[in-house]
Formats: sequence, structure tokens, C-alpha cells
Amino acid sequence: MSQTDFDLVVIGGGPGGYVAALRAAQLGLSTAVVEANHLGGICLNWGCIPTKALLRASEINHLLHDLDGYGFKAEAVSFDFKKIVARSRAVSKQLSSGVSHLLKKAKVPVFEGFGKLDGVTANGRRKVLVSKKTGAPQTLNAKNVILATGARARILPGLEPDGQFIWSYREALVPEEMPKRLLVIGSGAIGTEFASFYRNMGAEVTLVEVAPRILPVEDEEISAIAHKEFEKQGIRILTNAKIGSPQKGAESVSIAVEAGGKTETITVDKIISAVGIVGNVENIGLEGTKIKVDRTHVVTDELCRTGEAGVYAIGDLAGAPWLAHKASHEAVMCVEAIAGKHVHPIDVTKIPGCTYCRPQIASVGYTEARAKEAGYKVRVGKFPLLANGKALAMGEPTGLIKTVFDDATGELLGAHMIGAEVTEMIQGYVIARTGELTEAELSETIFPHPTISESMHEAVLAAYGGALHF
Amino acid sequence: MATEILMPALSPTMTEGKLARWVKKEGDAVTSGDVLAEIETDKATMEVEAIEEGILGRILIAEGTEGVAVNTPIAILVEEGEAVPAEGATKSAASTAVASPNTPAAAPQAAVSAPAAPAPVAAAKTATGARIIASPLARRIARQKGLDLATVKGSGPNGRIVKRDVDNVQRSAPKAEVANSAAQAPASGGSRLVPHTTMRKVIARRLTESKANVPHFYVSIDVELDALMALRAQLNALAEGEGDEGVKLSVNDMLIKASAVALKKVPTVNAYFTEEGMLLHEDADISIAVSLDDGLITPIVRKADSKSLREISQEAKSLISRARAGKLKPEEFQGGTFSISNMGMYGVKDFAAIVNPPQAAILAIAAGRKQPVVSGNEIKIATVMTVTLSVDHRAVDGATAAQWLNAFRTAVQSPLSLVL
Repeated sequence: MSQTDFDLVVIGGGPGGYVAALRAAQLGLSTAVVEANHLGGICLNWGCIPTKALLRASEINHLLHDLDGYGFKAEAVSFDFKKIVARSRAVSKQLSSGVSHLLKKAKVPVFEGFGKLDGVTANGRRKVLVSKKTGAPQTLNAKNVILATGARARILPGLEPDGQFIWSYREALVPEEMPKRLLVIGSGAIGTEFASFYRNMGAEVTLVEVAPRILPVEDEEISAIAHKEFEKQGIRILTNAKIGSPQKGAESVSIAVEAGGKTETITVDKIISAVGIVGNVENIGLEGTKIKVDRTHVVTDELCRTGEAGVYAIGDLAGAPWLAHKASHEAVMCVEAIAGKHVHPIDVTKIPGCTYCRPQIASVGYTEARAKEAGYKVRVGKFPLLANGKALAMGEPTGLIKTVFDDATGELLGAHMIGAEVTEMIQGYVIARTGELTEAELSETIFPHPTISESMHEAVLAAYGGALHF
Repeated sequence: MATEILMPALSPTMTEGKLARWVKKEGDAVTSGDVLAEIETDKATMEVEAIEEGILGRILIAEGTEGVAVNTPIAILVEEGEAVPAEGATKSAASTAVASPNTPAAAPQAAVSAPAAPAPVAAAKTATGARIIASPLARRIARQKGLDLATVKGSGPNGRIVKRDVDNVQRSAPKAEVANSAAQAPASGGSRLVPHTTMRKVIARRLTESKANVPHFYVSIDVELDALMALRAQLNALAEGEGDEGVKLSVNDMLIKASAVALKKVPTVNAYFTEEGMLLHEDADISIAVSLDDGLITPIVRKADSKSLREISQEAKSLISRARAGKLKPEEFQGGTFSISNMGMYGVKDFAAIVNPPQAAILAIAAGRKQPVVSGNEIKIATVMTVTLSVDHRAVDGATAAQWLNAFRTAVQSPLSLVL
């Protein structure tokens, strides 16, 4: 008879849930994870990781078609699409089993099945009912429960994934063959990455966005550069766009798109719908509890507490920003609070966001516009990668680094980057923002030469009137 | 845990100094930023500030001791209720003190030798862990708002003071302040509190000390400027003729020289009063008050008695422009044996300045104005200015002050002595 009574039961084994379990085990709490599908959640299996594997392939494809500039010549370059997809799946599988191993090492049992809250025992412990694919359901008892059930693609009426013409991210990750013509609806991180992947693999791609600009949460200037660069790469972009109902034919699907006062019918092989996500709040036992749900997300306070004592919600389930690293950080904070440690609430303006299109986009904190809306008098610094030696040497001159400082205090309010490797560099600004460094410390920091990161230094100097190389 | 307070180095080259004065006594409670003692070198006087809070348990080096080597323990700081350990029994040998530039004080219009830049925020600290841990942003906001970080509780990792902590203090503090001081009740038209700069704090402290501790008296005399201005015109014309227009003498340059000449004639004014005796200076190092946007500073024309008018003029110009740019070196505004504060350019009739300790006197110069003067039995028109000497009566008596003023008047009215 295995153990069924724990200090903590975590429902969901994604980057929120499994990290919560690992941290709880470190702190000496007896912990279990309930997972219905794959350990690692969407992130490892159907999100962050497999898309990065695909995008890597598309970057290689791009480079193979751009060899001349570097002095190379290659003929009859081709790829095996099935192999590219298989590699992406293999990476996911490897990581998922890595999570399984980590939990085993931490002595955290994993209950495979669908977990839900199921009331309270006579002595006040939470009950979690685990329904299994086969066999009888099992009940676990726990002092504390963390809900980490994540989220799934939002589905617009008429655009339900059908596996044939309409894809969500899930189908888009495991295509049987390369679509020749593709329409991507939604230009957030997910839509933009798929548009970038398929375009760099050679598909004809149209990207439509209902907002006035693509990547609407990014700084306007960054959006504008991305827009221009995507168009240069051959992606067709329609903003302020409204879509009609898809008309499915035998071989293709057509959809009416209204943009710029004109309506046209676009015919493609596949449509990828990437219009946001909804929280997985169904069937997890919230009914009849004091736990509130607002627009598919569980309402929590700054320490991830729900309306029920001893029940917490973290990650995508608990609301934006929908990022794996936000889920993991909430997991650690939440568990440490349960263990009685002093914790610090998350400040969303210190959470970086990355989009792995080509060129990459990364940002943290306030955009220039949002800083002004918040009442700051700002100082803005900009540095184009065109003026950076390493970027030129790499053949990656497209990009911009932009900093936004509070003029009154020198606080780094935000940083916005587009260009090669910026997703690897944004952490520098995140450290600065988290450690509350001012322009003085950043200016005094010696950046290595030659690196693209020198541009981050220059963008700080530029905000204070002193970029050296531009 | 008891910690030793070490003799600080006031400059990278300092090896020893004089422990001039203990500001705190044994048994006094000290908080971070309190001035514990004053240290003197041949170049400057500096204050030793506490970084930690605690009780000054034992003074190890008596005040007035000269030649105290840097890093010698000078006192022991203990926590409240803690026994003072025997000498040499303290564990840590880290410095609990920082030195900040001291500032010979000032006159109402101008005359504080304050550093133009804000004093560095105390950072390094001891093994007791009482160092103030704060983010750079929190430090800057605290400085801008005039908050003492020692009074702020940190909520960041390991108790680090972060932005939200100093923001919270601001939000909660004003209520208590208003309650505590009716005198600060805002005027009906609305008032705003501008936090003090370091320079403003230094001015306030030094001048209060001067007025509280130095028994002032004031002597005025009228001086005719016509001869001096005629000489100035000739000298400037001569310089121009030589194609040397860069050194146009100002009236102020000549008054610096005249003061130096008078100091040589009446050397007892060129003195510091100390408890041990009168410190009489050989050279006339004249501190000249320069007003800044927010305060004032007194750069020094050294050995003005042995310098030519041209040298004085060049030096004064350079000092004044660098003072306004905040680029003076400490030794350029620390020290001095006598001060001049000139408000002639503002058209004032007369004024009295506050003595700039440890100096014994300061000369307040008002505007020169054309006015009728009785000469023999005739009335003529002359350019007359009123100068007022403020004097530390401990060092200089009234008759001496009057002698000095007469010597000064003679130097100005018969100005050839300025070029000899």
C-alpha cells in the first residue's frame, strides 16, 4: 500500500507543478504530483521546448539558403521534414523523462491520472480524487494542495482544430508534411513563432492580427522593426484584421479577411489558430468551493492563495503572463510560503518575455508607452545592432536594443530587444531590474568585447546622452 | 558584539593624523551617520562618522593626540547592554567609521568649504553584519528624499532595503512629521518640502556651530576706492598693451591682495584660536567665498601675501570657475587662514559675515558707491565702500581689529603697496 497522505499534493506536472514538488521535497515536505498526461506539461511537450527544436531547424534552413554571403556554396540543399519533427519530439521526450527522473530522485511519487479537489476529511485535510485511465479512482489526503493544471489554446467558434485544415499549436507541432500555404491567426508569441518557423522552412505565410500591430504586448518600436523584417522575409502581415468563417474545400481552406477597408479571401493549406489560451478550470473540483474563477483563470492573491485555505493556484491557471518561468517562480514562492519561509511576491514588471522568431525578441518591464501612462518621466536609450561589431561579424545586423529609465531615480523601468541572441541576453537587464541597479551601476559595468551584449551597455549610455559607438 | 573603530585614512596617502576632538563621549549612544570625532592632518580636518549604531563603550585614543597611525583602534563600540570588553579583546578589527570632509564654516552670503558633490554613501561595514544593505535604487531614492536608511526596515532578500521600502516610508512619514511640529504647518498657499543637500546640511551645521561657539564682534570702516580703481585701469591698460588681455585684474583680486598685505602688517589676525594656544600662520591663505546654485564654497588663494596681483588674479579666476563646476579638489577649499566675502556686485550697503572657524576673522565687502566726502574743508566726490570685519573675540581684540582695518584701508587707498 503506497502512501496516500501528504503535506502537499500538486495537481499538474508542468513547469509550475513539478517545480513546486521538487522545491517542497527539498524543504522536507512529503509531496505527491498528480499528472494526467505527460510530466513537463505543455512547456516541455507541446510548447516552449519542441517549438525551439523546430525553430532551430528553420534557422539552419535559412542559413543554408544564405550561404553565399559567407563565401559558401551548397547545391541541392534539402530537408526531411519528418526527421525535423521527429527530432523535436525526441527532445521533448528526453526532457519529460528527465523530469520523471528528478521527481524519483526527490522521492516524489507521481500519480498518473486526472486530479480534482474532493472536499475535506473529518480532521480537516484536503482530499484529492485521482481518476485513472484504467482502474479505480484513488483518493489522496493532503494538508495543502497546489492547483497547477495549466491552460490550453483558446478556440474561436468556427476555428475548432480539425486535424485537417485548422490547427492549434498542438497540430502545428507535429505536421505530417510541410504546408505550402499557411495562414496564422494571432501574432502573439505563439503565432509569431509558428509564422517564423514555417516561413523559414519555405512556406508561404500570412500573419493576421486583430490589433493595430503585431506582437501587441511588445514596445511599439520593436513591433515595427519585427513587422518590417518579417515582410522582408516574405511573411504577409495584415493588422486590424477581422476574419470570417473558414470554407473548407477538398484540398484547401479559404477564409475571408477584412483589413485596411478591404476584404479578401485567402486560400491556404492550413490555418493555425493562435488567439490566446484559456485556463484549465473544468472538472478540478472548484464547484461549491470558495475558489473564484475569473475568465477561465483561478483568482489568487499575491502569494497564490485561493479563496480556500490550504489551496493554492499557480502558473497559467492563475493568470497572465502565461510563461513557464512565471509558473516555476510562483511554484517556488508558494511552496516556500507553505513551509513558513519569508517570501517576496512576484512583480510582473520583472518577468522577462521572449519570442524566438527570427530575429528574436525579448523584453522586461515597462514599454516606453506604458511607462509614460504610469506617470513616469522617462529617459529612453536606443542602440541599433547595425553599429555592433559582433552582430556584423555574425551577419546579423538587424536589431535594436532599447532601454527605458525613470528620469527621476535612474530606475531601469524596462528593456526591449530585437535581434540575434537577445533571448539569451535579456537576463542581464532582468538582473539589473531585480537587483534595483540604476543607470550608474549599469554604466560602470564592463561588458565583454566583442559581443552583441555590448549593445546593452550602449543602450544604457544612450539614455544618458553618451552612446559611444552610435 | 563589540567592534573597534579604527583611525580612518582621509586620503590614499595619509599614514597618520591627529585625533583633534571627540564629539561623542564614552557612554553616548550613536546611530549611523553620527559624527564621532574630528581628525586633522596637515591638509584637512575630517569628521569620523559612525556606520553602525551602538554605544561608544571606550575611547582608546584621547583627543588632541597627534601622530595616530591609520587603522589604529581609536574606540570601542558596543551594543546596548553589552559589557565593554578589555582593551584588545574585540574580535573584529574592521572600521566602523567613515571620514567625511570637514568644512571650515561660512559667512551669510558665501563661505562654506563644502564638497560640491554629495558625500559618498557609507557602505563597507563590520563583522557584526550591521552594514546597511540596500539596493542602489533604494539608496538613491533615500538620498533624494533625505531619508536615513538606518531607519528603514528592509523587506528584500536577507532584509535588503529595496525600492518599495523607501517608498513606503515616504507614504507613512509625513503624518507623524506634521503632528510633531506645528511650526512646519504648511502655509495656506501650499508648501513643499525640499530635502536638504549635503552641502546645505554642512552649511547649517557649521554656521550654527560658529555662531554658538565663536564670540563674534564686528567692526566697520569706509574705504575710498578711487586710487585703487585708477591703478587697476592703468595695470589693465598696460597688460592690454602687452597683448596680455587674459589677465584683466578685478577689484576683488586687488582686495585679496590688500587683505594679505594687512594680514602681514597685523599678523595676530592671521590666526586660529585653539585650546592650547594661538596658532599664528606665516602665510596669508585667503578663502574667497563663491556662491553656487545651492550654497557656497570657499576656495583658497594660498600665500596671497607673496604673490603678484597677476598671479592672484589668474588663480582666483581658475578657482572660481572650477568651484562653480564642482571640480575643486579638497585641498583647494580646506584650510585657509582668513576669509573674504564680497557682495559688492549685488549693490549692498553693508553686511556682516559669520566667522569661518577655525579662522579668526572674515571681511565682508559691500558695494562701492559714489558719494560726497569731506576732504580737508572741501566736499569732493569719492567711490566709497563699507567693509565689516567679523572677528572671533577669543583670538582678536577690538583694537587689533581696528588696526587691521586701518592697514587694509591704507593698502586700498594707497595701492602702490599692492604692486611692490
